[in-house]
Amino acid sequence: MNSERLKISLPGLDLKNPVMPASGCFSFGEEFSNLYDLTQLGAIMIKAATHEPRIGNPTPRVAETSSGMLNAIGLQNPGVDHIIRHELKYLESYDVPVIANVAGTAIEDYKIVADKISKAGNVKALELNISCPNVKEGGIQFGTDPDTARRLTSEVKEVSEVPVYVKLSPNVTDITAMAKSVADVADGLTMINTLVGMRLGRDGRPVISNITGGLSGPAIKPVSLNMIYQVRQHLPDIPIIGMGGVADVDDILDYISVGADAVAVGTMNFTNPYICPELIQELDERVEEMGLNHLHDIKGRAYKTLQGSGF
Amino acid sequence: MKNLMNIKSQKQIADHIYEMVLEGDITSSMKTPGQFVHVRVSDSTEHVLRRPISIADINHEQSQFTIVYRAEGAGTRKMSALRTGDSLDILSPLGNGYPLEKNEHVLIVGGGIGVPPLYELSKQLNRLGVKTTHVLGFNSKKDVFYEEKFRTLGETHVATADGSCGTEGFVTDVIGDLKDDFDLFYACGPKVMLKVLSETMDLDGYISLEERMGCGFGVCYACVCETARGDYIKLCTEGPVFRKGEIVL
Ligand SMILES: Cc1cc2nc3c(=O)[nH]c(=O)nc-3n(C[C@H](O)[C@H](O)[C@H](O)COP(=O)(O)OP(=O)(O)OC[C@H]3O[C@@H](n4cnc5c(N)ncnc54)[C@H](O)[C@@H]3O)c2cc1C
Ligand SMILES: Cc1cc2nc3c(=O)[nH]c(=O)nc-3n(C[C@H](O)[C@H](O)[C@H](O)COP(=O)(O)O)c2cc1C
Ligand code: FES
Repeated sequence: MNSERLKISLPGLDLKNPVMPASGCFSFGEEFSNLYDLTQLGAIMIKAATHEPRIGNPTPRVAETSSGMLNAIGLQNPGVDHIIRHELKYLESYDVPVIANVAGTAIEDYKIVADKISKAGNVKALELNISCPNVKEGGIQFGTDPDTARRLTSEVKEVSEVPVYVKLSPNVTDITAMAKSVADVADGLTMINTLVGMRLGRDGRPVISNITGGLSGPAIKPVSLNMIYQVRQHLPDIPIIGMGGVADVDDILDYISVGADAVAVGTMNFTNPYICPELIQELDERVEEMGLNHLHDIKGRAYKTLQGSGF
Repeated sequence: MKNLMNIKSQKQIADHIYEMVLEGDITSSMKTPGQFVHVRVSDSTEHVLRRPISIADINHEQSQFTIVYRAEGAGTRKMSALRTGDSLDILSPLGNGYPLEKNEHVLIVGGGIGVPPLYELSKQLNRLGVKTTHVLGFNSKKDVFYEEKFRTLGETHVATADGSCGTEGFVTDVIGDLKDDFDLFYACGPKVMLKVLSETMDLDGYISLEERMGCGFGVCYACVCETARGDYIKLCTEGPVFRKGEIVL
């Protein structure tokens, strides 16, 4: 699929289309490359990389909830050096931009990972995971304190060779304060990460060994839409990649309507492993049906209509 | 990997236990016993996670295979309401099954809902000329299924925790009384059963494990288990069948 209607240009990213798998829901792409041609994707957000290898949390790590799921994987990954040598190397054979998700527990960790991974040729942007709720003493402080988040972002910017997007946590009282705090240092935002939640088993105890997990899937879409809508009112120009429960083309249109530039698909890759290429195909057809020259013709229509403008 | 199967039949065969026969071309790729399918319980987004269910019986001539499952939670209860002619979305075949070794005489041990994959395993072993003895454990008489089917393949013993069918007690109580010399054991069932078997029997074997899954094909890292070396490996792609001692139980 190579459709002008869907092409989108963001800092560091020339996207064939605005649909990409979200971090942690696509591993490093190899398994999916056995299912379909990865070059169809707008981009790939790879699983979080940390400085040292992480073994992650004990199991159970996931639980199902109404129209969603909880996860507490705990950032299991083989470490940044391994990822550069093997996982990213593998992806080199596909003409698709990679967005590297960077995680850590201290600013120094983030800088080491960002410095190394931003030099990999196919990594076109970084996504700073300041918001993973599943790592103790971890990213969550960065994700909930605007000043720390800003400091982290600017220090990472200094070492990164590619644009830096900051992934916002919804587990805050004022999302716009977070967004505004990082806005002039970050190249873009990705939002949202998972919401902290809990599920009990029939025995009355939490199912997930970590007790809490991050809620994702269609259940969180209304939360994400609202947060992007709010942030967009304050930051009309910052690139935003929206995510949270994208399951069909209407969801994508909703995200663009509240002001997102592109979308990522997470949980639904588990429900339907072929969802990304299916959505790309259907999105193009829909945009044509709607008579739009470009998908972005409807960008922001959710607030623009309220303000009484054309759309 | 993703296929829409046609439901040929579905019937209840024990308390909360259903047997579903599915038809479709993907059956031809099902070879190794112990592999599983990942079932989407409905088209809506209400259930975002699929349910892993073992392949219990493969019939290549008719492009059909069978699953046997306990309808207890929200998803499996939905599956149990499906009828002949409905379709079922599955990912398959997934995982690594039981290696078929050409031994003289093997012991096959199943506990509860761990019994189904052992039926296809025993069929294939018998086809290879391996003698099989089966020990099946259940809670109570109302839970027992497939006893007769296993009997057609070899000596079969049943144990129930409450003594309402077969030997009173656990599979290990039956095994303790068996006089035969076995070359190997194959097992599937609750973790405690696998642990006791692995620790008490002076016999090498293969065990099939369970863990909660996200994707079922190696991308989400939900389903890990701890190896004897101390690292976490993915059960959905490296397992669910492992050699005794490989995984910390
Ligand atoms: C490799 C493998 C093979 C299996 N084979 C069979 C089989 O042949 N027959 C059978 O009856 N059961 C089998 N199981 C267990 C079966 O997957 C669960 O009983 C089932 O997923 C429960 O779903 P539910 O809708 O009833 O429960 P819910 O409570 O609605 O399930 C919620 C979530 O938890 C997961 N879950 C709950 N219990 C288990 C469990 N014991 N193991 C793994 N995930 C669980 C579900 O998949 C779902 O994602 C197997 C499990 C694995 C890992
Ligand atoms: C199993 C799982 C693992 C995840 N791992 C990561 C991760 O490593 N880094 C990250 O920034 N987000 C991670 N996420 C969050 C997703 O990228 C995404 O922000 C979130 O799930 C919302 O999108 P969705 O509703 O489409 O899943 C993970 C989500 C899931 C379900
Ligand atoms: S279930 Fe996702 S990696 Fe095994």
